[in-house]
Amino acid sequence: MAASDVKLLGARPSPFVNRVQVALNLKSIDYEFIPQNLADKSELLLKSNPVHKKVPVLIHGGQPISESLVIVQYVDEVWSGPPSLLPADPYDRATVRFWAAYIDEKWSPLVRNLINATDEQSKAAAAEKVFEGLKLLEDAFVNSSKGKGFFGGEKLGFLDVVLGCYLGWVRAGEIITGLKILDETKTAALVGWAERFTSNKAVDGVIPEPEELANFMKMQARAAAAADASSK
Amino acid sequence: MAGDKVVVLGTYGSMFSMRVQVALAEKGIEYENKEEDLANKSPLLLEVNPVHKKIPVLIHNGKPVCESLIIVQYIDEVWHDKNPLLPSDPYQRAQARFWADFVDKKVYDCGRRIWATKGEEKEAAKKEFIGIMKTLEGELGNKPYFGGEDFGYVDVALIPFYCWFHAYENFGNFKTETECPKLVEWAKRCMQRESVSKSLADPHKIYEFVVSLKKKLGIE
Repeated sequence: MAASDVKLLGARPSPFVNRVQVALNLKSIDYEFIPQNLADKSELLLKSNPVHKKVPVLIHGGQPISESLVIVQYVDEVWSGPPSLLPADPYDRATVRFWAAYIDEKWSPLVRNLINATDEQSKAAAAEKVFEGLKLLEDAFVNSSKGKGFFGGEKLGFLDVVLGCYLGWVRAGEIITGLKILDETKTAALVGWAERFTSNKAVDGVIPEPEELANFMKMQARAAAAADASSK
Repeated sequence: MAGDKVVVLGTYGSMFSMRVQVALAEKGIEYENKEEDLANKSPLLLEVNPVHKKIPVLIHNGKPVCESLIIVQYIDEVWHDKNPLLPSDPYQRAQARFWADFVDKKVYDCGRRIWATKGEEKEAAKKEFIGIMKTLEGELGNKPYFGGEDFGYVDVALIPFYCWFHAYENFGNFKTETECPKLVEWAKRCMQRESVSKSLADPHKIYEFVVSLKKKLGIE
């Protein structure tokens, strides 16, 4: 399919955008990446995602699809050849959807709290919660991978894409907090998985370097503080 | 499927429990309903949903599935021969998932703020709620159901909130029918389906429940 048929409205630092990029790469789909300025949203973005006005938006044959988990499932279903991102069995599908929801709704806010923690006490408390979550994800990985390298087994699957695209932010968080979030003494299996994920061909060049993300986060924090101060 | 054992852990009045009940009824699946007391969670609930400790949980031949929309998709995929809830076209499926996700992200939280807050906060919640309903009404358009000609996934996701409208309207002092007549028409159309009318809670019981909940939480 011509690249012009598949467009992705996105922003490089967004892990949600990265998910779609990795999914498209895994399926070997050519696409046009249209970077968005989230501080000054384009007409195309506002027209394509009027409900949330957020990235990523996939535009396929002129039709927009929003919400990263919805988009990744769409990509898997439209380009249904191998590799399959979601498992075939309904119970396994329910399991990966459960963990994807857990990662987005429960675990990632814990990571954000850790990164934004201002004093040592709240940082320690936040870190504890992040590690508890990682233990659950470590178990999920062991159950899902069945001795192979990825949540999806031998190849990358839905959960690899969902969790893996947060790794840039996790590393940036480690720089900012000075803490090891992915720690081989705590979650050895996930540490091994993380290395395999980031060195996978489909991930190459997608996730920005941790330093770039750490700077981006600091910039955002400064902008938020400035907006706060000026509104008082 | 002969020999299937289906158990649902839920609570009366939970919109999320109701989604599962509607989906199972649409598929004609027999199941055992176990009412949970959320102030005193059963060992079974804690065992089958250790991560969230929440209802609903579907237990199919001993294997638990959690999170209402995930359960509904599971039901649709296992019992795929009768009354499909998700469309077969990938783009339509993506749209259905998007709108069900929208319902999940917006309706419960905003509805709760209508009865759980007062003054300016309550007014803001009411306005936001009406806005959300208007957005959904826009998406419905002239279709009989969100799924088009057929009752589908988004309909299942949203219809349980209809029995909570009476409570929201009382506490928020508005009428959904005035603000979004087409949406209420849609809800009444859904209520004509046995799967819906048998699964939804009594709006008056919901209202009484919220009254007692407010007392318990010390919200005037």
